[in-house]
Amino acid sequence: MTDFMQQTLDRAAEQAPAWLQDWLQDGRGRWQASDLPTRKTESWKYTSIHALRQPFAPPEASSMALADVAVQLPELGGYRLVFVNGHYRPELSGAELPAGVSLVRFADADAGQAGRIREHLGTAAGRDRALFTALNDAALADGVFLEIDAGAQVEKPLHIAWVTGNQDSAFSVNQRLLVLCGEQSRARVIEHFASARGQQETFTNGITELLLQRGAALEHYRLHLEESAAMHVGGVYAHLGNDASLDSFHLALGSALKRVDVLVEHRGPGAHCELNGVYLPRGSEHVDYHTCVEHAVPGCTTDEVFRGIVADEASAVFNGRIHIHPHAQKTRAQLSNKNLLTSASAEVNTKPELEIYADDVQCAHGATVAQLDETSLHYLRTRGISAAEARVMLSFGFINEVLDAARCEPLRDFLRPLLAQRLSRDPALSRHLV
Amino acid sequence: MLKIDNLHASVDGKDILKGLTLTVQPGEVHAIMGPNGSGKSTLGHVLAGRPGYTVTAGTVEFLGEDILELDTEERARLGLFLAFQYPVEIPGVSNMEFLKAAVDAMREQRGMEPIDAVSFMKSAREACKAVDLDQSFLKRGVNEGFSGGEKKRNELMQMMMLEPRLAILDETDSGLDIDALQVVAQGVNAMRSPDRAFILVTHYQRLLNYIEPDRVHVLAGGRIVRSGDKGLALELEARGYAWLEDEVA
Repeated sequence: MTDFMQQTLDRAAEQAPAWLQDWLQDGRGRWQASDLPTRKTESWKYTSIHALRQPFAPPEASSMALADVAVQLPELGGYRLVFVNGHYRPELSGAELPAGVSLVRFADADAGQAGRIREHLGTAAGRDRALFTALNDAALADGVFLEIDAGAQVEKPLHIAWVTGNQDSAFSVNQRLLVLCGEQSRARVIEHFASARGQQETFTNGITELLLQRGAALEHYRLHLEESAAMHVGGVYAHLGNDASLDSFHLALGSALKRVDVLVEHRGPGAHCELNGVYLPRGSEHVDYHTCVEHAVPGCTTDEVFRGIVADEASAVFNGRIHIHPHAQKTRAQLSNKNLLTSASAEVNTKPELEIYADDVQCAHGATVAQLDETSLHYLRTRGISAAEARVMLSFGFINEVLDAARCEPLRDFLRPLLAQRLSRDPALSRHLV
Repeated sequence: MLKIDNLHASVDGKDILKGLTLTVQPGEVHAIMGPNGSGKSTLGHVLAGRPGYTVTAGTVEFLGEDILELDTEERARLGLFLAFQYPVEIPGVSNMEFLKAAVDAMREQRGMEPIDAVSFMKSAREACKAVDLDQSFLKRGVNEGFSGGEKKRNELMQMMMLEPRLAILDETDSGLDIDALQVVAQGVNAMRSPDRAFILVTHYQRLLNYIEPDRVHVLAGGRIVRSGDKGLALELEARGYAWLEDEVA
């Protein structure tokens, strides 16, 4: 562990503000004391991080235009914040924040803001839990702190785009987002990861913390639209207070390595969490979602639906855990994971895990791995639709049901054609879906 | 238009059709009746090329082509339409997307450009109206959560949009109340034309009160055991099928 990322960590320590130095050091200590997971590590059994065992340079500031790297961002009619290779790009970002929202980059924080960040940073992601959180802490030169005032009803989407462009050699990017939703506030936050076409290998470590105070409602999207050589290991860590409601939508196209951990803790009675996700690896790509919802208190609910289509030689992992603690009576939780394999060489490993230690609960879970339904395929063909187009339509239908759960309409309109086209390399086959 | 000669077919190794012969001319309406398990639905599925239905002997010519050699979609593009007894639900794909894809496939076959969105919507709305389906059904998933009657009307709507040369209606009347039955009958009657033919597969004479057939056939034991005019249907209604089965045996 000594060499890996050393240069990046040194650079981060040079750039980080003084008030974060001890934070970085602590992270570095934890990182260096650990070993990289192997296939024998239970939570990494089906995902190899072998591809990370190579030198990654620190990210350089970049002035490239989004058009040059062929990254398209949706117009969502809200506020946008753009980072390229980990560096903030004010000229690509929005000017005016909606009322009730404050946003500060760690690098710009004044003493008061720094204090506020330190008060909340790490509360959900933990300081001892995950190896890659330690790495994120160790490389924390900059981050974003987003605060929704108590009672604020923010209708406009807050869109944070993390883009990786090109550099001379393989490089790594560290990203951190801390969202604090005040009591009875309402907001919509979109995290959007994108990569340039034909870029060299990159490794992004993106950690997000969502802190929902009493009665707060957050609609959250984490879109991994990076492709091919853009590797990502990261996670979303959420704390839900009394009657808080988190609606979190996840999407991942594949790349050489993509691993996202989602951990939601119900910490106040009456909290509700909706987790929806779609993953679409193809070629030789790999996607791994590990989700865990902790029901630590009574009277909370969880609805979780993840669906994946795995094509070609690609592989996917879904591990969905729901843990109901002894006092968490009156819990209602359901988890469903369905997978579609569109080639004989595609692979999926799915494991729903329900751990229930309370006796007055309603829980259900299920996982399926299947191929396209022959009867449906035949039905479409009896209407003159070619077998190839019918396959694309049925595949799209399979994920479209989950996509409908994304409430942000302009975002859905942005994603629909993108996902439909993803299902076939021949755009003619998805023309009736876009 | 359709020439079936000595057709034998099996499903899961079990012989269902055992020498069926039938000729349908353009403009004709044929009714095929028969007891349960006689092979009525199998005939429709074999003609549409459903996987698992194996033709073991005989020939089927449609518009001069040996369709047994063709894929399901190629048969459909030639103008063969099967209204399913149990239409399939396809969640996540809207009726509209599905219909547009089907219409464009037919147009491509005829060397035409894809239909433009405005014209398509106009004819889809008209077809909805003709079968008494609310336009909101266009936006819903294909047959998703439709009642039995709504599914049947959706089949009929597809038939209107696709304008087939030969439409096979597989028990489209079963499970319909009298109003829905009349909607189906009106739809078929409106589409009758000198170059289009229909095969109505049905259990009951009831449908034939509204759609007058040119020929009525009785299918039993995988073969057509008797053919006649519409009078035969009335006779079956009065006497049941047993006497015919006895005669054949």
